[in-house]
Amino acid sequence: MASTTAARPSGGRRFSLSWVGAVPFFAYVGLFLLLPTGIIVVGSFFTKDGSLTLANFADIDKPYIIKSFTNSLIISSVSAAIGAVVGAVLAYAVVTGDPNGTLRRLVTSAAGVLAQFGGVALAIALIATVGSEGFVTKFLLARGLNIYAGGLWIYEPIGIILVYLYFQIPLMVLVFLPALDGLRPQWREATESLGGSTWHYWRYVAGPLLAPSFLGCTLLLFANAFSAYATVAALLTQGGVYITLEIQNLLTSETEQTQPGLAQALALTMIVIVVLVTSLYTVLQSRTSKWLR
Amino acid sequence: MSENQPARAGVEVRLEDLSRRYAGVTALNGLNLTIAPGELVALLGPSGCGKTTALRLVAGLEEADGGRVVFGGKDVTGLPANKRDVGMVFQAYSLFPHMTAQQNVEFGLQLRHKSPDERRRRAAEVLDLVGLAAHAHKYASQMSGGQQQRVALARALAIEPTVLLLDEPLSALDAKVRARLRDEIRRVQLEVGITTLFVTHDQEEALAIADRVGVMNAGHLEQLGPPTEIYSRPATPFVAEFVGLTNRLAGEVKAGKVEVRGTQLPLVKPDVPSGPAIALVRPEAVSMTADGDIAAGPLVGTVIAVSFLGATSRVTVDLGGGVTVLAQMPTSAAAATPAGTRVRLALREDPVLIAREEKASVDA
Amino acid sequence: MQRSRRLKLLIFRWVVLVVVGVFFLAPLAAMFEFSTRGNAINAPRTLEGWTLVGQTPGLVKGIIVSLELAVITPLAMLVLLLPTMVWVRLRLPSLKRIVEFVCLLPLTVPAIALVVGLKPIYIWIEINVSPLTQVLAFAYLILILPYSYRTLDAGLAAMDLKTLSEAARSLGAGWATVMLRVVVPNMSSAILNASLLSVALVLGEYTVANLLNFQNLQVEIQYVSLTTSNTATAVALGSLLFAFILLLVLSFIGRSRGRRTRAEEIIPSSASSAGIWGQRV
Repeated sequence: MASTTAARPSGGRRFSLSWVGAVPFFAYVGLFLLLPTGIIVVGSFFTKDGSLTLANFADIDKPYIIKSFTNSLIISSVSAAIGAVVGAVLAYAVVTGDPNGTLRRLVTSAAGVLAQFGGVALAIALIATVGSEGFVTKFLLARGLNIYAGGLWIYEPIGIILVYLYFQIPLMVLVFLPALDGLRPQWREATESLGGSTWHYWRYVAGPLLAPSFLGCTLLLFANAFSAYATVAALLTQGGVYITLEIQNLLTSETEQTQPGLAQALALTMIVIVVLVTSLYTVLQSRTSKWLR
Repeated sequence: MSENQPARAGVEVRLEDLSRRYAGVTALNGLNLTIAPGELVALLGPSGCGKTTALRLVAGLEEADGGRVVFGGKDVTGLPANKRDVGMVFQAYSLFPHMTAQQNVEFGLQLRHKSPDERRRRAAEVLDLVGLAAHAHKYASQMSGGQQQRVALARALAIEPTVLLLDEPLSALDAKVRARLRDEIRRVQLEVGITTLFVTHDQEEALAIADRVGVMNAGHLEQLGPPTEIYSRPATPFVAEFVGLTNRLAGEVKAGKVEVRGTQLPLVKPDVPSGPAIALVRPEAVSMTADGDIAAGPLVGTVIAVSFLGATSRVTVDLGGGVTVLAQMPTSAAAATPAGTRVRLALREDPVLIAREEKASVDA
Repeated sequence: MQRSRRLKLLIFRWVVLVVVGVFFLAPLAAMFEFSTRGNAINAPRTLEGWTLVGQTPGLVKGIIVSLELAVITPLAMLVLLLPTMVWVRLRLPSLKRIVEFVCLLPLTVPAIALVVGLKPIYIWIEINVSPLTQVLAFAYLILILPYSYRTLDAGLAAMDLKTLSEAARSLGAGWATVMLRVVVPNMSSAILNASLLSVALVLGEYTVANLLNFQNLQVEIQYVSLTTSNTATAVALGSLLFAFILLLVLSFIGRSRGRRTRAEEIIPSSASSAGIWGQRV
């Protein structure tokens, strides 16, 4: 370990080489995190022959790119909204029980796993359930109900949104539960003793107190869905419908040799969006933690 | 309320035979208590004695399994908390964190559809009453614990409730703040003239501010009476030991008196069966002398420690055989007997209570 | 609480939990069905899907490689991150914020975006270092940084690092001894915690492996699922159950330390605050 060979300051001298101990870490992170980020930034703003350009960002204007962005934004927003509401309700159902009871432990463990339930496993699970050969599909078919009478919707945005709910809802439970825990029973009782009903409590006390956290968590869910790649990659064989698949397309196709900058530009745009959303989330969380410690 | 307005006449509060059970445990066992209009009754007892349960039943935050709660002749037992018109102050986390002090105080008035002007006027009035007019626009996180509780009190009083309920409001505060705030609470309560039920486990608090104190144990009232009576004439061993300090001295009951280490002491309840017993003697009833030659005797021992308490001092005397006695006296009297002095004790012949149970009281 | 309200709450809770429970258990049940039956709804139950796994070279390779990565990555993380964090706490406190910022940075960079920048670097690695799949560990270390940092930071905060290390040093211990015999034993649960989380992440990672043209477990599952769905489903279900058991174990480790921690604080203190960007979902 580098630190053992760092100069030990001899008595009295303030100068020390302690900083050497931090070098391995920063070198590694610099190489595998900052460098790639730099490559993205540079690649977005420079052409192959090294001249500064905004052409890559202009390419974003192409209709198919815009469509991908729109699709991604739509499924992210909708799955975030639905996931947030259902997740919040589920979290409330859990938090009103015994804080050390089995139900709570079970649900939170399951949520911990399911929040990571994505990509390949989820795609397989969904196809097994409601795919064209899926068990639920066949089950309903045997009883005269063809859920795909109007078309194979599982591969449409609506299907993707359904799939995304499987990790959005658990994620919401995990991130929103602490806020619900922060609601003190004394506030409910104080409202009651002052003459308020359940409606008054939610309208004037719990609602306003939970609002920032709820909003922040919804944003989190949005960013999560927006960044998601593995699930759609496993479900859809055609590329490019969503922005993450678009990037995949560019990275694996031959056109990448003639148009490297576009992938970087798209990646940078994604990063900017996610950073913005995450910053908003952080701001809202700090407000919440002030009230609901 | 300003001094020019007469104190509102309070309302009588009656608890009739209240019972409450949780999961097989009887928290409250047929409690009977009548609080006179404008009176402050303190319920005092160790944790689990049922005092908080009683309070919450009066508030309507929990449902009684048996008995009635009556406010001024009206049976409110079936009413939910938000219809009972009570003012409640909790131990901690009382205030809504997202509202200023003023908004907190106005909240109850807002629920009663008072006009904004009237809300503001009344809020200013009660905040002034508790001395926090200058802090109206602060949030709970910007106020000290004592200030928060005062706002909580103002909020409870703003709605002009029938009865004021305080659930250990001072327990979460620093000692110094506690003493000051309990006097404040009493002052406000007297000024407003509201019937009040105050729950605490701190006997000093209860004795200091209550009109009457109810000592509770295991779901029932052991004794109810003015503070002086509770202290100097405890009705049961539990009260004697819970309120104030008590010496437990082994003795023998004979013919209506108990003989303790050679001294015959009268009994509070003379018709106790004879036999060995433990006499409960207050430290103030024990006097001490170090003059002259102290010959050996049952009440002779050595001073182990002297605790200076201000005007009085408490002296711990070792009588040998593992028996220690606490004596309390004016500091001037204790000054002459530092640790190590050989002294003779004398027991004043006040009527004493007898305990029969052998509690493992090896600890202090 | 009034009885009527308690009753209403109970009904509400039951309804919610049952409905959501069915929603979530259905796909898992379906996966189980799929992997243990033939293709028809009335075909006999068979373990063929599961046993065939051993005969599918791609899957076996994928399992082995991913397991290797699951060992290498947390180890590398501990070797790189823990000494650095200790050193920063003791000697370079001014760097703490920077280190924290850097470690939490991967949360805001979606894996799919990061891969765009990693591609050229990995092309270089493939030529100059090694073409083996195990080089994925370099990228995985970055991906697990946020969760590992948070967990280890909590563990370090819980022990009085300064006093203990000074005591050990004054008794003559070198830094290696301090790390191995003072720091590590006192944060064993945090270390285990961070490691298990890393394992769960590595086993489920698809995005980076796929886009850098490596064949890890999830990539193999995906490939096989296009043809032999039974086997692929079996492995997918298996990897899910494995992760679940890991996290369940986690929730008990944190508890056994005596601190009254809520279950969700252990597992997702890492996963929750920002979810897991891109590499699993």
